[in-house]
Amino acid sequence: MRTGLARDLGIGLLCLVALLALPVLFPHPSLRDFLIYVIAYGLLAMSLNLLVGLTGLVSFGHAAYFASGAYVFGLLMQGGAVSIPVAMLAAVGGTALLALVIGAICVRLKEIYFSFITLAFQMFIHSIILTWVELTGGDQGLRGGIPRPPFLGIDLGEAGTLYGFCAVVFVLCLLVMRQVWQSPFGYTLRMIRDNPARANFLGVDVVRMKLGVFVLAGIMASVAGIIMALFVSGAFPEFGFWTTSGEAIFMIMLGGTQVFLGPVIGAFLLQLLNHYVTIWTHHHGLVLGIVILAIVLGLRRGVADYAAAWLAERRAASRPAAVPGPAETPAPAETKAVG
Amino acid sequence: MNLDVLAGCVTTASCFVTQVSTGLIVGMLLFLVASGLSLIFGVLGVVNFAHGVFYMLGAYFAFAAYEVTGSFILALLAGAAGAGLLGIVFERFFMSRVYGRDLLMQLLVCYAAILICDDLVKIVFGADYKLMGMPESFAAAPVEVMGGFIPGYYIFMLAMALGIGAVLWLGINRTRLGKIIRALAINPQMVGALGINTRLLYAAVFGMGCVLAGTAGALAAPVRTLTPGMGLSVLIESFIVTVIGGMGSIPGALVAAVLIGLTRAFGAIGFPLFTDGLMFALMGLVLILRPSGLLGTRTA
Repeated sequence: MRTGLARDLGIGLLCLVALLALPVLFPHPSLRDFLIYVIAYGLLAMSLNLLVGLTGLVSFGHAAYFASGAYVFGLLMQGGAVSIPVAMLAAVGGTALLALVIGAICVRLKEIYFSFITLAFQMFIHSIILTWVELTGGDQGLRGGIPRPPFLGIDLGEAGTLYGFCAVVFVLCLLVMRQVWQSPFGYTLRMIRDNPARANFLGVDVVRMKLGVFVLAGIMASVAGIIMALFVSGAFPEFGFWTTSGEAIFMIMLGGTQVFLGPVIGAFLLQLLNHYVTIWTHHHGLVLGIVILAIVLGLRRGVADYAAAWLAERRAASRPAAVPGPAETPAPAETKAVG
Repeated sequence: MNLDVLAGCVTTASCFVTQVSTGLIVGMLLFLVASGLSLIFGVLGVVNFAHGVFYMLGAYFAFAAYEVTGSFILALLAGAAGAGLLGIVFERFFMSRVYGRDLLMQLLVCYAAILICDDLVKIVFGADYKLMGMPESFAAAPVEVMGGFIPGYYIFMLAMALGIGAVLWLGINRTRLGKIIRALAINPQMVGALGINTRLLYAAVFGMGCVLAGTAGALAAPVRTLTPGMGLSVLIESFIVTVIGGMGSIPGALVAAVLIGLTRAFGAIGFPLFTDGLMFALMGLVLILRPSGLLGTRTA
């Protein structure tokens, strides 16, 4: 058992209790809806951060797996032959297979080419969703709702139960990702991010490691898609559009790439921002764009990363005799120095 | 899939000519946008994800200038110059701050620029579709070639795009300034040490790239509908073009743009619902078989 596992499990349990207690303390349906959005998009952003923050692979097509999870799950449930857990497993398995095939091609390419080809595959899948109208409903999305038959005495037709179910699945996924984040595999991925050539010399099979994390990130994204499909009772082509990927990247950036829970914080902040901005003005993009610019050019990193660095500095300053700890993991360095 | 319709079109001279001309026009617009993108990447080493914005701005500036003056020449100039000036402003105040930082930061600055500019255009020009209309000087009857009809404006566009491409190529490969720009792409420190203002040059190259996008937008204004957000599809297609042709290669951009244009034109007949998929499949194939692109030299 790895050190810190007990602490992580404890924190996970605390998170779960907090998530379950919030709607009870403030019984307002819109709060629950808001939290489910944060859960679904937070999970999507967390899964993407396994690629971006941990491995240094800037995928611009991650929403493809979000969409694939939502569509496979929705279609299986509409077929009516299987129960919810079976449909979830099938959706996750199907997406893993998809990510394996796409990833096997993508991870061989570096930097900007990797971003492009992931984007290309995502748009390819998006265009399949749009054109295969008999199966997917085209641009209308999966209509007619997704049935939620009770299983094992759990009735997801009831809004409170659905929320609890999503919260539990969310926290379980976070724990899995935390385990990866802290495992030797996770540290190997960091090494690949910082110095792929050296990782290769040390006998690491870089392509296989990258492919592994690519599939894992796809699996987690598909769970996020399933949660979304369960909640909105449908699946829409926008799930697989490039703007969904763009938003996920922005959430990561907003929260921070190096603090484990940064992307969830980002998802929360973005949902909050979206919520209030749409109340005040129609020009949602304008405000959002200015906020992005302020953070990128002002803070120069995510909110959580900024806070973590600030705390580390404070700690170092209060103990001047102590050896300064690693304040932050440096971002992958760009080789080309311009300007 | 309507393969027999496609076969029918390819074997009929009039249909073939019409589709080729449509494909060439789409290709020429893409070539202009993509060569700007390629120029910026080749020299500055950054990918301008906001390039579609300058295409859109070029189209809207041309539209506004045409409404006010009624002169198509002025509209073209307004589109090109407006996009170029804003490009320089964007480079100086925003992009230059994220040079050498991670790809993520550059991506986000451009994402912000797209969101802001799309909304600003919505505020200034309204969210509805706008039509500029064909200038009167091009209202002459279309030219007949082997039974197919080609509008005069198409020929003008083709000539303009090829002319601009030739000037760009000659400028980079045959002039002193072009030599400096090529040196800048390889060793900026050395160029700076020789007493050349590299910052100014970076801004100029970025501005030039945006002029190309703005010109494409202005040329497209009479034949396309104008909407906020129109830059997006062009942006994605021109990415495909630069990747297929090879990042930083202008002849490569031309070849790939024509390829994509023809794929679109004939794909629209043969696989009307799958045209986009066809383009992405083509790009995937090139990235797998030849990651540096057809005529590119940089390795992936």
